[in-house]
Order: sequence, then structure tokens, then C-alpha cells
Amino acid sequence: MQIELNGEPRTLGEDRTLTDLVESLGLAGRRIAIEVNEEIVPRSQHAQTRLNAGDRVEIVHAIGGG
Amino acid sequence: MSLPFEDSPLTVAGRRFASRLLVGTGKYRDVEETGAAIAASGADVVTFAVRRTNLGQNPDEANLLDTISPERYTLLPNTAGCYTAKDAVRTCRLARELLDGHNLVKLEVLGDEKTLYPNVVETLAAAETLVNDGFDVMVYTSDDPIVAKELERRGCCAIMPLGSLIGSGNGLLNPATLALILEQAEVPVLVDAGIGTASDAALAMEMGCDGVLMNSAIAHATHPVMMANAMRKAIEAGREAYLAERMPRRAQASPSSPFAGRINA
Repeated sequence: MQIELNGEPRTLGEDRTLTDLVESLGLAGRRIAIEVNEEIVPRSQHAQTRLNAGDRVEIVHAIGGG
Repeated sequence: MSLPFEDSPLTVAGRRFASRLLVGTGKYRDVEETGAAIAASGADVVTFAVRRTNLGQNPDEANLLDTISPERYTLLPNTAGCYTAKDAVRTCRLARELLDGHNLVKLEVLGDEKTLYPNVVETLAAAETLVNDGFDVMVYTSDDPIVAKELERRGCCAIMPLGSLIGSGNGLLNPATLALILEQAEVPVLVDAGIGTASDAALAMEMGCDGVLMNSAIAHATHPVMMANAMRKAIEAGREAYLAERMPRRAQASPSSPFAGRINA
């Protein structure tokens, strides 16, 4: 299935959770925050949150700024 | 040093900070320089931006939050780069998740890329949404006293007017309007944006500002760590001068040495 990840199309296998996605991106244990379809998904719910085709996922982190 | 008065700490939304200098983390050469400059500044509150994580690139990229540890500093996520209330609110919610529920944010909603001037219409809308959603909102705004009051009415916990355009280093271009904001404010007022050098920061504090937030003035100095140290002293000097209450200005001279006892009298 295809999702939109940080503004880019991305193909994933079926039946993937947010935790699966985070691990496949090498981001496990990193300080990140995730939004699916403009709603925050708290870290505690990543494992139960299944992705659906067409979902728009944003993964963000802290960077230098003023 | 013992002074004949005791200053109260900067208090924003019930949080107390020893330093009245707040600093940004952008534009430094690397995270080591960022960390050294922030340590030299003595700041307790450090602001950062929220951006999409680079996927598939630099998996070992240094994480800003490893250098600027949430245990040591009060982190202040900002909405820099947002041009709509909607994007600013989303960014704050992402930041709250990033920091495990920490709800103090710096709201800025910009008007255009040339001036980075605040869009006050979007800023007011975002402020209202964020306050209702439980955020403590420190808000970057224009130096318009009416807008400042409206933001305060919407529950913002600190008003942060620009001294001049973001990153311009032009200092306080309109001290008269800043004075109007200071006179009416019932929440802390901090100058955010435009500081160029130590005297700009000192002037803001001498006028009675509760603090100053800066980034470029330190990061873009030739020697950022030295400038951070200078800014720490400027903020302290300006604050003490404000509390000490300056002498009145006079049109005429007034000799510092007594007339009596001169050898030619």
C-alpha cells in the first residue's frame, strides 16, 4: 500500500503499525513525534496504530532554530 | 556579589528562571558550538524548531536534544517558519508530543519571507486555539500595543515584540512603542528579534523588559561564545540599571566635584 510520508509517496507492506514504520526507518528510540492525517499519535499508541493506504504521516524532530 | 536589593526571578506561567536571557539554537556552525555558546550565555530557556526528520539520510546525525538536554534547560519549541495559524497549532502539538507533554511554546506566525514580520491576524487566532488547548504561549508579535493587549487578553503568558526584523541585528528601532507595551502589560514582556549587540540587549532591559530572546546576535558574531558571554553580562547590567533607577537627564551640566575648597577660591 502507499502512504505519504513527510510529503513524499512511500510504499509499505500491508498491515503495518507505526512502530513497524519507525523501526523500518531506523528511528526506533529516537526523539521524534508523529502525526497521522494531521492528528498527533502519542508514542504510547504507536504499536496499536495501523496504517491505511493514503494515510499522510509526518515524523518530526527538534532542530536548531530561533 | 551582594546588592542592596533582591531581584525576583523571571516568572513565566508560574515557571521561574534565574536568567533573563533566552537563546535560540539556529545558525551555529555545529552542535558543539551551539552547546558552548548556550552554556556561556547562562540561559535557562532555549528555543528550537520542529522539522520533518530526514529519512534515510544521516541516521547518526547528532540530535539537538542530546546537546541541549531537557534535564538542564527549559526547552521552548517554536513555530518558526509557520505562515498560518493552522500550521503553528499543528507544530505546537507535535512539539508537545516530542517533549512528553511539556506545554510551554513560543508562537510565531510569519507574514512573508522578505520581512518575517508577524502576521498578527493568524497569530491571534493561533494564540486563542493554543491557550484553549492547554498551552502556555509566549508570543512573538509586532511592537503594536493594541495587538499586545489583545494577545494578553487571549491568555498568552508572555508578550514578545520584535525590536527590529528577525535576524537583522538592527536593535530596538522603536523604543517609544516598546515603552507603551511595557507600561500596560500585566504579563512579562521580552524583546524577541532584532538584537544586534550587547548594548541593544542592555537597552531593552534598562527600559524594563523582563527578558530578551536572541539567536543571530550570538550565532552570527565572529566569536559566538564570547558574544554569548557578553550578552549574559549585558542582560544583567541592563536589569540592574533598571532596578537601580537611572539619574534624571538634565539639559545643563552639574559638576561631580564640590565647588567649596577649590585652591583658587
